[in-house]
Amino acid sequence: MAETMVKAPDVEVSFMDEVCSIPGGEAIHSCIQCGMCTGSCPTASKWDYPPRKAIAMVRAGLRQELLSSNSMWFCASCYTCTVRCPRDIKPADIMHALEILAIRSGLSTKRNRTPVMYKCFVDSARSNGRVYELGMMLKLFLKTNPFSALKLAPVGLGLFLHKRLPLRPTRIKGIGELKAILDKARALGGAK
Amino acid sequence: MKYYSYYPGCSAEATASPLGISVLPVAKALDMELAELEDWNCCGSTPYWSVDKLEAAAMAARNLALAEKTGLDLVTPCSNCFVVLHLANNHFKELPRFKEKVDEALAAAKLKYSGGVRVRHLVEVLYTDITPEGIGAKVTKPLKELKVASYYGCQLVRPDGFDDPECPHSLDEIVTSLGAEAVSWEMKARCCGSSLVMPEPDVALELINKILRNAQENGAQCLITPCPLCQINLDAYQSVVNSKFKTKYNLPVLFATQLIGVALGIPADDLALSGNIVSPMRVLAPYL
Repeated sequence: MAETMVKAPDVEVSFMDEVCSIPGGEAIHSCIQCGMCTGSCPTASKWDYPPRKAIAMVRAGLRQELLSSNSMWFCASCYTCTVRCPRDIKPADIMHALEILAIRSGLSTKRNRTPVMYKCFVDSARSNGRVYELGMMLKLFLKTNPFSALKLAPVGLGLFLHKRLPLRPTRIKGIGELKAILDKARALGGAK
Repeated sequence: MKYYSYYPGCSAEATASPLGISVLPVAKALDMELAELEDWNCCGSTPYWSVDKLEAAAMAARNLALAEKTGLDLVTPCSNCFVVLHLANNHFKELPRFKEKVDEALAAAKLKYSGGVRVRHLVEVLYTDITPEGIGAKVTKPLKELKVASYYGCQLVRPDGFDDPECPHSLDEIVTSLGAEAVSWEMKARCCGSSLVMPEPDVALELINKILRNAQENGAQCLITPCPLCQINLDAYQSVVNSKFKTKYNLPVLFATQLIGVALGIPADDLALSGNIVSPMRVLAPYL
């Protein structure tokens, strides 16, 4: 890995600029590769490239490899890396920036279902103004592996029986107003 | 009486309904007036921030714009809503160009946000404004001899919480003020895997198991947490953990407001104690 990073082609140096263009991404310049983020991450052992390495890959311009990896999708936003980073670079924000770039460029991994879940979540929030959890969960399982839902069915049933899984979504009154705001945000370059 | 604008968040009305239900009588008993923000929308939440930041921030901004009109602090009982609304506020202060775009998006609905709302977590309000002493003074059913492990989770204390990010103590002080015994344990602010439990259950179940084991080994009879996601993971997935790891946990996981409510003498039904998947009735029976 180390050798590949040294030999990164010049054409891909703009990966760094891409990451920096997303709020929270620009602090990546200050990273000293100390590894505190990886050492603090509760899921690091599952990442193709753990946080410290992922940051090094951004700097080396390894765009395709990193954005198509499962790495940042294991970030649970626990922010342990962020409070411990001696350079205040907020690694969790950088992982969120990588997630945005992966989705935007169509490179997000199919090995991990998190990208699909995030998109289902956004669709749910956009269409009702509030997140409809049951609908989002069903959509996730239908879009990925419907059979895996069986494993978690007892959890859903438990929540339902304890009156914690409403069968209908709640829609806000100002949904038209919210959509106007979100459409404007999208037009202003949110998706770029 | 203290006045606040109140933002329940989507989960508090669905998968975390015992939280949404228990907050109200507890606030009333503690002389807090929580005026629900009218027609609030999803906070934007972490998944949205990982898909499109500007849209997510615009979503948060509508809530903040509505809250600004009330002139009150915006209080939420949900740790994720707290972090998202708080980080949106920070972005607006630190990134003027980003804020300009959000302003323009808000203008599409004739709304305006000048950045003046203070976003607060309910636990921080209970700790700072009401104080453990203030809560203690209203206790009618002291929870004597009940061993409670306070599980803070992540987003109440990180990245910009009011308490120590690694070894927080605010909830422990509140537990003590209720007459209960605060269990000392290591995993109190470690990650439970949050929403990864759905797309990647194996990763989250491993973390949940570590947290439950540590609480049990330190003698906890029950856990409390303020966070909807943490509560679901530790409570609703406890049986899944038991079958996967051959464990026999039977640890009730209460929302912090439910436990406070019991000590304040609020009836079980008003605290939705029947909404917890692992029934807390056995450990709470002496105090009800």
